[in-house]
Amino acid sequence: MNERIVVDPVTRIEGHLRIEAEVKDGRIVDAWSAGTMVRGLEIILKGRDPRDAWAFCERVCGVCTTVHALASVRSVEDALGINVPPAAELIRNIMYTIQNVQDHVVHFYHLHALDWVDVVSALKADPKETSRIAQSISHWPKSSPQYFADIQKRLTGFVASGQLGIFANAYWGHPAYKLPAEINLIGVAHYLEALEWQKDVIKIHAIFGGKNPHPNYLVGGMPCSINIDEANAINAERLALVGKLLKDAQDFVEQVYYPDLLAVAPYYLEWAGIGGGLSNYLCYGDLPTAGFSNIDSFKFKRGAILNRNLNEVLPVDAKDTQSGIEEFVDHSWYDYSVGEGKGLHPWSGETKLNYSGPKTPYKNLDVDKKYSWLKTPRWKGHAMEVGPLSRMLVGYASNQSEIKAAVTETLGALNAPASVLFSTLGRTAARGIEARLTAKWGLEFYNSLLKLIKDGDTRTFTKDRWDPETWPKEAKGVGMSEAPRGALAHWIVIKDKKIENYQLVVPSTWNASPRDATGQRSAYEASLIGTPVHDTKQPLEIIRTIHSFDPCLACAVHLYEDGKEVSKQELAAQ
Amino acid sequence: MNYGIEETIQIPTVYDQMVSRGVSRRDFLKFCAWMSAYLGMEHSGSAQIAQAIQSKRRIPVVWMHFQECTCCSESFLRSSHPIVADILLDKISLDYTETLQAAAGYQAEENLQDTITKYKGEYLMLVEGSIPMGADGNYCVVGGKSAIDTVREVAAGAKAIIAWGNCACSGCVQAANPNPTQATPVSAIIKDKPIINVQGCPPIAEVMAGVLVHLLTFDRIPQLDSLGRPKAFYSRRVHDTCYRRPNFDAGLFVESFDDENARKGYCLYKVGCKGPTTYNSCGVIKWNNGTSYPIQSGHPCLGCSEAKFWDNGPFYQRLESFPGFGVESTADNIGTTIGVATLAGLAAHAVATNVFKRNTIGPQPGEKPESIEDDSKTSS
Repeated sequence: MNERIVVDPVTRIEGHLRIEAEVKDGRIVDAWSAGTMVRGLEIILKGRDPRDAWAFCERVCGVCTTVHALASVRSVEDALGINVPPAAELIRNIMYTIQNVQDHVVHFYHLHALDWVDVVSALKADPKETSRIAQSISHWPKSSPQYFADIQKRLTGFVASGQLGIFANAYWGHPAYKLPAEINLIGVAHYLEALEWQKDVIKIHAIFGGKNPHPNYLVGGMPCSINIDEANAINAERLALVGKLLKDAQDFVEQVYYPDLLAVAPYYLEWAGIGGGLSNYLCYGDLPTAGFSNIDSFKFKRGAILNRNLNEVLPVDAKDTQSGIEEFVDHSWYDYSVGEGKGLHPWSGETKLNYSGPKTPYKNLDVDKKYSWLKTPRWKGHAMEVGPLSRMLVGYASNQSEIKAAVTETLGALNAPASVLFSTLGRTAARGIEARLTAKWGLEFYNSLLKLIKDGDTRTFTKDRWDPETWPKEAKGVGMSEAPRGALAHWIVIKDKKIENYQLVVPSTWNASPRDATGQRSAYEASLIGTPVHDTKQPLEIIRTIHSFDPCLACAVHLYEDGKEVSKQELAAQ
Repeated sequence: MNYGIEETIQIPTVYDQMVSRGVSRRDFLKFCAWMSAYLGMEHSGSAQIAQAIQSKRRIPVVWMHFQECTCCSESFLRSSHPIVADILLDKISLDYTETLQAAAGYQAEENLQDTITKYKGEYLMLVEGSIPMGADGNYCVVGGKSAIDTVREVAAGAKAIIAWGNCACSGCVQAANPNPTQATPVSAIIKDKPIINVQGCPPIAEVMAGVLVHLLTFDRIPQLDSLGRPKAFYSRRVHDTCYRRPNFDAGLFVESFDDENARKGYCLYKVGCKGPTTYNSCGVIKWNNGTSYPIQSGHPCLGCSEAKFWDNGPFYQRLESFPGFGVESTADNIGTTIGVATLAGLAAHAVATNVFKRNTIGPQPGEKPESIEDDSKTSS
């Protein structure tokens, strides 16, 4: 008899995710992933000024804040034929890279680490031995025996207070935790350090965008002006701060995050054979080095891999309305006018909310029917995984030399074959490999920006198509990016100077969606099959694999309406 | 207002509870030694445990997540004083937050139930996100329960509620027209508890931490304006505390992004700045530990600490008119003096008229020239 287990809420993620799984003989035999919150942003966007859309879209997610604004301004620029000045592109790249690095580090320590690091075990660590290990894997200065003793003392007081706060009622002592106490203590120390570090490095967003979370963007460039002879603009002092923070970011990645990843991984090599799931990977590419229209100049390469075949990278065209990206709603709480079993390209898509799940409070969803607020996207009919692993694989298979070298170096350090990448551990490792690259690239873009300014090109905005009077009567565009969690695109239709249609297909929609009309599972559901579950009352192994994707559910759930407005009454009546 | 949450903070220590249950000092010390051995600590650990158990309990806090994007949690993590590690380890006991807590699913829900049962009437409830009233609450369901049911259940035993950010205070982006899910702020649902509205999308990190510190340090709810916002952080308009204000007064404006005037840091009023109608601390505290704020980085204020700011656009069109220019203005006296020519209003009128006379602010298509100087026409 199979046992049905439910994990809801899945915590240490963004948004509201529910996992139901069936366990037989200690292994998961089937799984369902459900997004349980919806806001309706696409309906809200309709009829508004396309130049305002970035601000609405940025509020899709406060964790990957920035990437939705970027995808949005790109969609409008694509529709209107705007090329932003080089300095604006470099500033966007710098903001992109620091967001990627900061997000990956926060994910590793604050959202994912507690799946691998047993906080309570750290109380038993020997600070001297902890120091010895720390110094053997990195020259990070905070590594003395006294430093670790102080951290341990603070942790002891915290645990002994009986108020465990965010660490309460977790899975401490679970046999799936494998690290020695000393490495657990290093993990706790770096959890606290990363908490401090992340708030500093992200100041780069405040310098260029005024604030973080939710920095400001602008269709046609960036809002910050550069004037090296003015106090009220980006000048030498502002730039020096950006440079310092980028260096701080890289130091932390190279001396803390990456060494920790390499130190932890050998204890969990079992997880290199668990959680592989799908075998298809999709990457839209990002980080242009010679203009966004020049796809070949991207640091992250665009393409798709099927069946783990790294010898072939297939081209991806987001504007292909015949045989490209489509969304299905066969297991989602929406209706299509074309009926069930058919997918729609985002430019011609439609949505009507129609909740048909159980009444609250409920114990289980009816997974044979509709069970999620996420739609189900497919590329040429294939379920695709997106994220850092997909970026690294597509880059590797495209012979992007920097990506290839970084992946090879890590596999060498772990003494492991490339096949380990197709797993829970591989996903987590790919994120670390990527953070090393984006930290390095951030500094490259910074140096390019300095050179550009030195050479006299300080333009950050083009006025060319700012005035709606210059726009065509109708225009369509796609804004593509690679969010920390994977391939992200916004499709826009502009008509009579207003948004006629707007749709987002985001990373967690690819990964966390319910199955499609043919019963094909998406990435989360597929990855859970075969996962061992030691104790069905404690979902530690499930959240390990789910966290390896870095879920972001507010992003994933949205809705879109074609042509007609859904009235409040209609919605309320449902 | 003082809701007197002293009791909340002065909750009994574990030691107090043990003594009240008849545990002797000797037994208590034996327990500490056992606990120290159990945790595998050195000999000195025993004293450390004894001290921790006898020290003041941290206030139990539950952080609820409904229709939100987690930008408020993210902003909170950016706090530089106090830093978040200190808040979590020393100041509060954050017993429930989907963003950070180690436990998931059943164990997470158990933590919530434990806290609201054990500390009934004593815990602080923090809310991030709006509550959708449409579709019988099925637009936001956590642990099989609708947000509507959960917010009522958790609020019932809360000592006080902090509504984080524009979502919880006024519905934010999902409540923008046509509000498809009927996203609703906390204060429209919960009527019998003190609610502190910490506005913004998100609120500034140090403002979030500052409100918590205020509660914990001064044992009272901060003074609030009529919209429930702490006066310490929301009593000044961004316009009145803006370092670019002298440019406004002198009629020096950015006409287009990255023009010569933008490169000199002139006033962003004409490209849509909502600073004149927005109450927040951006010009004073700034963002990310004082690094910058939107206007300093060249973008107009969007007005994100005001209700319905999403529908007050388009963002890049300048305000046609705005109330009372004087720095003495707060949201409250603007609200009560609209239509009354206060001294500040008269002075402002003069400034606007002078600016207007110099023709530095031209009327927009469809706008009557006088509307910009007419304070009485502004809506409440």
